[in-house]
Amino acid sequence: MSFLFKRNQPGFLKKPGKMTDTNLLTTITIVVFLVMYLCAIVFLKEGFLKPQTMLNLISTNSYLIILACGMSLVMITGGIDISVGGVTALVSMCCAVYLENNGGSVPVAILMSVGIGLAFGLVQGFLVAYLDIQPFIVTLAGMFFARGMTTIVNANPINVTSNESFMSLKDTRIIIPLLGSTTKKGKYIPATIEIGVIVALVIVAVLFVMLKWSKLGRSFYAVGGNRQSALMLGINVRRTTFISHVLCGLLAGIGGFVYFMHIGSGSPAHASGAEMNAIASSIIGGTMLTGGVGNIIGTLFGVLSLVLIQNIVSSIGLDQAWWTGITIAAMLCIFLIIQSIIIAHRKKANKAAGAA
Amino acid sequence: MPSKMPSQPKTSFWARLFSHQIVIPILALLLLAIFNLISDPTFFSITLGHNSSGNAVLSGNLISIIDSGSELAILAIGMTLVTAASGGQDISVGAAIAIAGSAMVRVLCGGESSPTELKAPIIVAFLIGVAVAMFFGAFNGTLVAYFKIQPMVATLILFTAGRSIAAWINNNELPIVPGEDFKVFGGYIPGIPIPAPFLIAIVCFIVTWLIMKFTNLGLYVQSVGVNEKTSRLNGLNPELIKLMTYVFLGVCVAVAALIKVSRISSINYSVIAKDIEMDAILAVALGGNALGGGKFSIGASVLGAYVIQFLTTTLYKLEVSAVALPAYKAVVVIILVVLSAPTVREKLSRLGKKLRPDKHGAEASKA
Repeated sequence: MSFLFKRNQPGFLKKPGKMTDTNLLTTITIVVFLVMYLCAIVFLKEGFLKPQTMLNLISTNSYLIILACGMSLVMITGGIDISVGGVTALVSMCCAVYLENNGGSVPVAILMSVGIGLAFGLVQGFLVAYLDIQPFIVTLAGMFFARGMTTIVNANPINVTSNESFMSLKDTRIIIPLLGSTTKKGKYIPATIEIGVIVALVIVAVLFVMLKWSKLGRSFYAVGGNRQSALMLGINVRRTTFISHVLCGLLAGIGGFVYFMHIGSGSPAHASGAEMNAIASSIIGGTMLTGGVGNIIGTLFGVLSLVLIQNIVSSIGLDQAWWTGITIAAMLCIFLIIQSIIIAHRKKANKAAGAA
Repeated sequence: MPSKMPSQPKTSFWARLFSHQIVIPILALLLLAIFNLISDPTFFSITLGHNSSGNAVLSGNLISIIDSGSELAILAIGMTLVTAASGGQDISVGAAIAIAGSAMVRVLCGGESSPTELKAPIIVAFLIGVAVAMFFGAFNGTLVAYFKIQPMVATLILFTAGRSIAAWINNNELPIVPGEDFKVFGGYIPGIPIPAPFLIAIVCFIVTWLIMKFTNLGLYVQSVGVNEKTSRLNGLNPELIKLMTYVFLGVCVAVAALIKVSRISSINYSVIAKDIEMDAILAVALGGNALGGGKFSIGASVLGAYVIQFLTTTLYKLEVSAVALPAYKAVVVIILVVLSAPTVREKLSRLGKKLRPDKHGAEASKA
């Protein structure tokens, strides 16, 4: 029934010069990211010339990519989930306690993280979809609960040092050919990434395919765009909303483990503000909170833009803590205004076309 | 034409009572009060003592609740209006409190880290704080009303940047405001044994109530929240009204910031009013206001704010550590919203009918 979703057809089927909202916003994000990266290379030569700088940024923030993907799913469906940061902290704390104090095994820890995320997704999804409670309130309570539980599990930060199988997993690096660099002494250093990046990229690919071509993915857009018409099309709106929250919870669990794999410790202060960063990346990536518009590739570039601007700001010498917050906010502000102007123009153009 | 009107479906006294908005916070309050009465009868005792400066002051759990819940109550007033008009919540109030407080401290201390005397009258500092908070309120309001950005996302900008801006205003220093005069707002007014924050909250509530009573603003806010298009057709300016609610929230933020800063005579940018935005939104939700905009009751929100503080104090009494508090709060909140969800209410009332079949049902079954 793809003919029903004409608005979201892939760009190449349409007349040139008329992109969908989703594709247009994604393109803007990608262009902005590339321009920013080029500027960084041209003006701030030393660090950014090496591919490893960018790869490090991606390695550090692979968890954010996963969280933002889940967030995009929920936002495309017209909801929001602000519990993802709390779930990340809870997962890393549980894994840390389990691996360090109880000498647990890594596969069980992975299962546990996925389980925690899934449990949050199921409960929140049920409350939002079947009891019609505002997603903001439900996930707000979810965030409080996760943060509180983190301190109940263990109030103090805990480092994992004794579990060897985890340590070897944590230190595993994957070598990327062709991107290595040579030091002044002529020694070749290969470019490496962490396992988390692979996980994040696989998730991005799977979700991209799902949103673009699967029936479930299309119904996410339909529900977010207009619940009423989605209902009339015979889409099970409640179940779709439910699934989006379950998937987001699941991804928060996976993201939590990836975060844990990078940082190797548990603390109640971990991933503070991650939910806001995830929302911000989604928005920069062209997802709209009203629902129905968004793209996983855009989200990926949203995260990259966010972390790149942070790095640029600190490397041009504005390294006082407040500059980071102010730049992210300014960037968010600019993107939001661009989006709002574009959508307003489009609406006007559509109206004019309809009248003619 | 009363004869043509369909006869009102007869509803029982209880059903009518439960449909009233303020019933949710009152029920929650009663529940908490009974719980405390059973677990510790001395919970409600109030004693008259003297504080360090020799004033007669009341002390006790109830007093500490109305004292420390006041900032939340003041914010809940503004948040209710914002929620009603724009159908969304302002998540930047905590950050805005940091900014307004920082501006006040900057004016009072004149940029020095520990001055010996106030550099400006308190009223000037307060007015500048109000102006700054109103400016940021207008910023949020403009994004929401004129750029049509969803309120949560628009205020996310200030949420991210607010505490950074606050730190930047004072060059990341933590100045200490000298003198006893400034401590009045967060402590006790000499001669009055009731905490000053509570009095300020009452004044704010009464002023807002009077504005709503003697102008059409309350009605306008509600109609914009219910249906923006219809309000425009009726000659209202929805954008301006939305903007006004955000500016008004800015004033509330400045008053709350005055109390917060006055309590400790200093400011800590990353800690001040932390997570208060969440509590303020909960207060609005607990007050039974529609979070999607429309019908609102400021009294219910204020009561909701004090219920949240009551809950916090109760949990402290049960020796829940401060860091674990959110988990318990979340459970209580979830129970409350689940019980007030329309579908659950419907099911409960159906269950009630089944358990207590009324005469009509009995006659119908006979026939």
